[in-house]
Amino acid sequence: MSQVHARLMGVSRVYPAAAGQAAVHALGPLDLDLRRGEFFGVVGPSGCGKSTLLDVVAGLAAPSEGRVTFEQRDVAGEVPDGIGVVFQEDASFGWLTVWDNVAFGLRRAGREAAEVQRRVDEALRFMGLVDFARAYPAQLSGGMRQRVCIARTLVMEPRLILLDEPFGALDAQTRLLMGDELLRLWRASGATVMLITHALDEAAMLSDRVGVMSARPGRFIDIIDTGWARERDSRIAAEPSFGALTARLWSLLRDESLKALGHQRP
Amino acid sequence: MSRAGAWRLGILGGAVALLELLCRLGAIKKITMIPPSEMALALGRLMAGPAMWPHAAKTFGNVAWAFLIAVLAGATIGVVLHALPGLRRALDPWLATWYAVPVFVFYPLFIVLFGMGDAPIIAIAFLFSVAAMTIATLDGLGRIPRVLRKTARVHRLTPIERALRIDLPSAFPYLLTGVKLALAYAFIGVIASEFILSGFGLGHEISFAYNNFDNRTMYGLMLFLLTAVVLINLVVQRIERRELRRRGR
Ligand SMILES: Nc1ncnc2c1ncn2[C@@H]1O[C@H](COP(=O)(O)OP(=O)(O)O)[C@@H](O)[C@H]1O
Ligand SMILES: [Mg+2]
Repeated sequence: MSQVHARLMGVSRVYPAAAGQAAVHALGPLDLDLRRGEFFGVVGPSGCGKSTLLDVVAGLAAPSEGRVTFEQRDVAGEVPDGIGVVFQEDASFGWLTVWDNVAFGLRRAGREAAEVQRRVDEALRFMGLVDFARAYPAQLSGGMRQRVCIARTLVMEPRLILLDEPFGALDAQTRLLMGDELLRLWRASGATVMLITHALDEAAMLSDRVGVMSARPGRFIDIIDTGWARERDSRIAAEPSFGALTARLWSLLRDESLKALGHQRP
Repeated sequence: MSRAGAWRLGILGGAVALLELLCRLGAIKKITMIPPSEMALALGRLMAGPAMWPHAAKTFGNVAWAFLIAVLAGATIGVVLHALPGLRRALDPWLATWYAVPVFVFYPLFIVLFGMGDAPIIAIAFLFSVAAMTIATLDGLGRIPRVLRKTARVHRLTPIERALRIDLPSAFPYLLTGVKLALAYAFIGVIASEFILSGFGLGHEISFAYNNFDNRTMYGLMLFLLTAVVLINLVVQRIERRELRRRGR
């Protein structure tokens, strides 16, 4: 169960100086093991390097220092097969219908029409998008578009799913429900999930472990085991241990968030 | 029809009716302009007879060549400049001031280079329209969201696949704008060149009729040209609208 799925060793990332901008040391150096099949949450003050971390894990950005492996192989220069990413920004294809958006990867992989049909329909059902299959993304709300992107990712059955604040645009109630769907997806797929979020309660509710990042350059100041059972949903928010967990995350993050805002320690 | 469309039609109809009235009452002299109804009749006669068509074929043929070459070259130059930012920075001032240069001054040079005939006309019209396509291509490529590029990499697309499946459709509305402008400029370039220094084509025929005080033919040809351009633009606009509506703009 604690088999390593993806590993970061001494990883840091510096955005090089460009056009009047000084170089930005955005991340690390840090180590991280993502265990196969776990749900790993990442929280941290804004601008601390969370999205940069995702880019590095996915192979979208090369670390300035250190090594990244996925399934024991070095991640170098390209995104390995088996990794799916849901970005912070809307990445739906505006020129394709919802159905064609979700079918994109399967068609590109040359799957048979019947298989594409079956898997896309299933993904749409899972994400509650069946009624919008023929719609274009522009006709949907931001939250629905994000679901399209999630469906487009999960239909490929990735073994590691990276999500960058996917519910950022949603109201609190919808976010809780989307969290439940994400848990369902995680259990059904057996995939490893890394979820970046700015919502502490979301991280506390969904994750097996929560990595708490420092202000930029982001490092893990603590990684907390939540101890939840695999079968769980948003109702655990009512449990006393949930409140304690969220409070602990906040006490870890408060100083870092103040730093990120440019304040001194009180 | 939309409200705005109804207004547009009303204004156009009103202007035509007013013109008709002014011509009929003699407020506008016959030597200046014939009434719109007679323009329409002249157009009918021109279209029924054989005289106009070879000129029309020549003009539209030259426009088509200039337009096609401009679109292909403009898109290619746009792609290359987008891929080579250093070169782009070097050439940007030229692109930005392209339309400040009256390209028609090069017409005599082109005649020396290519001789009389279609080539110098196509060359002028091409020069006139290629920059619009280049600028539109650069604009479209520059506006492809970075997250789509990342998505292409997550889907492990090859550069060619990315160009065809992400870049092209994402930039398509901007490319269409370039196509629309390139078409308009190709028409202007061809007709104006025919006016100045050509023995053939609709532009020449209009100028010829003007020099011979043949108002009927002149206005008939003008009406023909205007109608043709409007119809072609309606088609392009329809495609553009569909594309924009789909993308919620
Ligand atoms: N392409 C880039 N070039 C330069 N600096 C960047 C770039 N992307 C992000 N940064 C900087 O790196 C830091 C971390 O960014 P990011 O990873 O997006 O943070 P987060 O996702 O935690 O909000 C920020 O200070 C940001 O301004
Ligand atoms: Mg981010």
